[in-house]
Order: sequence, then structure tokens, then C-alpha cells
Amino acid sequence: MTSEFTSSPLFARVERARRRKPRVTDEFITLAHGSGGKAMHELIEGLFLDYLRNPLLEALEDQAVFEVAGGGPHRLAFTTDSYVVSPIFFPGGDIGRLAVAGTVNDLAMGGTRPLYLSAGFIIEEGFPIADLKRILASMRATAAEAGVQIVTGDTKVVERGGADKIFINTAGIGLIEHEARLSAAAARPGDQIILSGTMGDHGATIMIARGEFELETEVESDAAPLGSLVREMLEVGGEIRALRDPTRGGVATTLNEIALSSEVCLRINEASLPVREEVKGACEILGLDPLYLGNEGKLIAIVSAESAAPLVARMKEHPLGREARIIGEVIPDPPGIVVMQTAFGGTRIVDMLVGEQLPRIC
Amino acid sequence: MKFIDEYRQSDIARKLAEEITRLTSRPLKIMEVCGGHTHTIFKYGIEDLLPPNITLIHGPGCPVCVIPLGRVDDAISIAVRPGVILTTFGDMMRVPGSKASLLQAKAAGADVRMVYSPLDALKIARQRPDREVVFLALGFETTAPSTAMTVLQATREGVANFSVFCNHIMIVPALKAMLDSPDLQLDGFLGPGHVSTAIGTRPYEFVPREYGKPLVVAGFEPLDVLQSVYMIVKQIVEGRVEVENQYARVIQRDGNPKALAAICEVFEPRDYFEWRGLGSIARSGMKLRSQYARHDAELKFAVPGLRIADPKACQCGEILKGVKRPWECKVFGTACTPETPIGSCMVSSEGACAAYYNFGRLSKIA
Repeated sequence: MTSEFTSSPLFARVERARRRKPRVTDEFITLAHGSGGKAMHELIEGLFLDYLRNPLLEALEDQAVFEVAGGGPHRLAFTTDSYVVSPIFFPGGDIGRLAVAGTVNDLAMGGTRPLYLSAGFIIEEGFPIADLKRILASMRATAAEAGVQIVTGDTKVVERGGADKIFINTAGIGLIEHEARLSAAAARPGDQIILSGTMGDHGATIMIARGEFELETEVESDAAPLGSLVREMLEVGGEIRALRDPTRGGVATTLNEIALSSEVCLRINEASLPVREEVKGACEILGLDPLYLGNEGKLIAIVSAESAAPLVARMKEHPLGREARIIGEVIPDPPGIVVMQTAFGGTRIVDMLVGEQLPRIC
Repeated sequence: MKFIDEYRQSDIARKLAEEITRLTSRPLKIMEVCGGHTHTIFKYGIEDLLPPNITLIHGPGCPVCVIPLGRVDDAISIAVRPGVILTTFGDMMRVPGSKASLLQAKAAGADVRMVYSPLDALKIARQRPDREVVFLALGFETTAPSTAMTVLQATREGVANFSVFCNHIMIVPALKAMLDSPDLQLDGFLGPGHVSTAIGTRPYEFVPREYGKPLVVAGFEPLDVLQSVYMIVKQIVEGRVEVENQYARVIQRDGNPKALAAICEVFEPRDYFEWRGLGSIARSGMKLRSQYARHDAELKFAVPGLRIADPKACQCGEILKGVKRPWECKVFGTACTPETPIGSCMVSSEGACAAYYNFGRLSKIA
């Protein structure tokens, strides 16, 4: 079936359009530009990269990796992320926990040992000090959990309405102490796709915590630093090609990024995708798809076929990997595409997120 | 999940599909009228299970897809007025007008907000008496009752700053227009499920009586759709032509009298309403009755009301009628994609083109 598909003229036409150099044609920034989906990719590749291009930025990985003169065999990794989640407190976490865990995870996905973080705060006039204390306590606890220190920072206060309550930026630096070069461009046919746990917990939690639907469920955000899980995976010593945390845009968008970067097809099996019953229920009611909901404590690993079983076994021993499993495999054709065997017995394409499913989830 | 998983069992699906294959001896074209069915068909890969001589044609039942350019422009003209908060459903935000979409109008400074129910819009109106809150209403008889109930509540409470920009449409005139179209060749219909919760199955009885086509009102889970296809094929094989109700767990022959009463109380048919791609259809749109004029945004604000032709390259009309398949449109997947839609069929997840683009490229073209 796939060969008939790839040889059809339509396929070539659509794929050419899909791979066109991204261009930003909008006159104004819309919320879609921040969604983690296609519009954001256009903004990054068509605008930011165009103006700020250099070889390190060009890789468009979650972190920049570079060598330092006199640094010996070790390389450094550097990353940054901003947090604007609304509401700032939600079941399972808060903006402070996200700000530490999110940046730690961006480092960890490069196989990095996270060391130091910076924290910049933009605070709206009138923000309660009690809430700030709560956020700082949460940042302290999450940093201890992740084994990092927050060593520098900045504070700005803007007039009422100049920001919504509080925004936090963190940057992080860490050390890569092994030879493996993890990259979203490194997946090859025959590799297996591992997901560390259930999909959509964070996205569903935020949606429900906003209180717009008067839904009540038990679901909690999965926000957590993944550094120790990644360290244990690296210790197993198999061939790990790529690690990614499926945040905004969810598992579907992250898999598409890997498929496009590596020029391979990722085939996943719907029946093997873990989703909590509460999240499934919320998605049915709200018309959302857990594949596109953000996660803040999960990772996707692309690994060689032989390494998959020992890695999953080790992940299952870690508290953040209990529900780890193989969700699919890498095949050669059609390249740049994610396909899914539906539980119902059919096949369909899983594309990147278009438009904004949920603004301000992190 | 209980009450859901039962309708998604693949072993039952396989058996149904085998039975359909066994019964089907000649090529059949079946139209699913409703965009919700289109979405289910693609999401679950149902066409993979059907024999190759059954073709599903995706009909005009996606309310977002049939909104003409001029109405989007009218909505934007209201939204950009100072003091106005325009509210609507999420899908409507990205539908292109002749110059911009509501999402772009919002980025340029208009106060456009997404709501999940017209009651949310009324709530905003109560909270912000200093602003004019307009609800851009759209949809078939499915969503019209909730708009009607909201207008009635606004009237009772005297919320003077709440109004509705009404784009509600009716399914039966659209079906008639399709059936009267000379280039249409269909063997049967999957009738819309959600609309029928309000109007029942009786209004479709003219389809077998006057046009000799079978119609099965179908539910939205994948097994509902497969079973409905099976029921149509069975009618054809047995030489019957009638309206059948597959979705009997939800739909009654006479529909929901309370919902219908609310629609009749608040709305009356417009002489004409323009459908994107299908042109003007007599008595197919709803407007507010004169006693609710104070909540009618078209009377409250002067809207330009221009008719704007669909873009030349766009073949939404042929696609909505099932004359062309989405990939036969020249701009499909190249100039027209879900993130930069030219035609409305590419916007909503229920639109035929978006469904093909997002889910169907792989299986259908082969």
C-alpha cells in the first residue's frame, strides 16, 4: 500500500508543498504561532532562524550542544524556555515546578546532566507575595529533585495588565559526559519507538483546571524532571538515537518532528498508546485528541531494535517510567510521515497539530 | 471506557465489513451528509474496511464549511467595532473571509473570544454590561435549539447588550437541493445523527418517497457508521427504499419536541441563504423573528451583507456535492492546507478536504 501511495502524483505534490521552506505570511502574531504546531514551526524556521542563523541554532534541537576549549572530552548543553501557564496553580504542579522541570527536561533530552539554571521573573503589579512564596518553594523542591541549582536570576515588575500574574523564564546548562550524539535526525528504519507513560495528563489537567467546563476529574499534571530517568536509560548502554519530551503539540507533533528530521516513517499502533481513563473521558467530552495534548513529564525514545526490550525493562523500574512501552517502529516509507494502525483495524496519517488546541499550557 | 468502547470493537467491525463485502455486487456511492461522520470515517480508517466497490461521498453537513465568505466578512465588520466582544465556536475562528479570518482580526486588535456554548456568551454579556456581546451562531438544527434557548433567556433577563449574528441553517432544504442537482449520482444516504436528535427521522421520508433513495440515520461511533452502511446495502440488495434509524438509542421518529418548539419560537426561515459552494438555497437559513429583534445583531449593527464569490481556485462546491473528490481540486494540499486554507472544507476537522489531508492521504490515494 505504501509504495502505491508514494508513487501517486498527489503524494509528490502534497509532500513538496509540505516541505516548502516555511514562510511567515501573517501580518500579526496569532495564538496559533505559540501552539507548538505548524504555525510555530513556520515562525521559528521562517523568521527566527532566518534572522539569527548559526550552525548551532540550525540544528533546532531542544538544546544547543558545544565543546569548550580545555573542556576535555565533555561537551556542554545550553537551553532556555519561558513559562506562561494559566492557571498558575493546578493539580499536580504549578508554574514554578514547570519552569524548573521543563528546562531540566530540555537538557536531559540531549543526554545531558543538568547542572545550573537561571530564573527570570516578570511579575504583574499587585501579585500576592504569598503566591510568589508558594511558587519559589515549589521551584526549590523541584530543583532538589532534579539535582540542579538555580544560580542566577532577574526580576521585572510591570504595571497591572502589562502581564498576566507571573511569567517565568529559565535557562539551563549541563554536561554531556558520553559519546552518544542524540538527535531527532538519527532515527533509522528498524528502530523502535518507546513512550515513557500515559499521554495528555498535563494538557487535560490545565484544560479542566481553567474551570470553563465545570468538569471534575481526578486527573493530575505529570510535570516532573526527567534527568534521573534519562541517566538510568543511558546506563543501560543500548543504542539510543533520539530522546524528545512531547510537550506542546503532544506525542503526535513530536513524532512528526522526528519523522521529518530523520526522513523516515514512524508507524505507531493505537492500541498500544497509554491514556488514562479520566483523560480519555475528558477528551471525548471536549472533542480533543490525547495524541495532541501536551505532556510535561514524559519522553519519547527512538532506539535500536535490540536495545528496546532492556531499555523498557529498566524504565519500568523508575517511578517516572512505570508505564513505559513500545508504541511503534521506524520504517523507511513514506518518509517524513507518521502513520497509525487504528485500534479499529484501519490506517491513518497522524499529522502535526494545526491551529491552537489549547493556549498557555506551559 | 464504558458506553464508548462497545462501539469501537474491531472484531465486530471485521464481521460487519465481511458481511457488507458479501452483499455488495455492484459499485455503490453512498453519501454521508454529516461532517461528524466524515470525521469518524477518517479517524478510524473505516474506508480501509469497506470493499473497493463502495465509495463514500462526503456531503455538505459541516456547518463551518458552508459559511460563505461574505458572512465571515460581515462578522469581522461587527467584531472590529469599538466596544464589541464577538464570541463564537473554535472552528469558526480560522475560516477565511475575503481578506482575513476572525483569528487574524483578533490578532489585529478585535475582541474575538472562543466559547463552547451560547450560554457562555450570555454570561460574558451579563459580566460586561458596558460592552456589546455578539454570538456568531452557526450550525444546523443541532445547535439552533441552544441558541434559541439562550435568546429566550436573554429576553427573560433583559440582557440588552447580548445579540446573535445568526447563521443557522436547515438540513432538509440542503438535502433537497443536493437531490435536485443534475450531476449528482448517489445510491443512498447516511442521515445525520445529531441533527436528527432535534428533528427526528420523519422529515427525511421524502427522500425514499420522492427520490427513491434509501436513507439510514446513523450514529457517530465507528460501528454505528459501519452498521449503517450495512443497512443501506441490505436495503438495496432486498429492493427496499426507506428511512431507517440506526441511531435509535438516541433518536426518535418525531425528534425532540421541546427543541423544535424553541427553534420555532425564536427563528423563522429566511427567503434565501447563501451556502458556500452550493449557492443560494430557498428557505434554508434561519433568522430571528421580529419579536426578538433587539437581540438580532444584523439589525443592531449595519452589516455590509455583500455577496462575495468563492475564490476561483477553490472547488469546495463540487466537493460538497460529491462531484469531485478532494484531491481532484487543483489547490488541495498545496496552496490550500489546514494552516493556510483557501476553502472552508479545509478548515474544520469535519470538512472533507481537511479530513483527507489530515487522515486520508495515505489510504485513499493508493
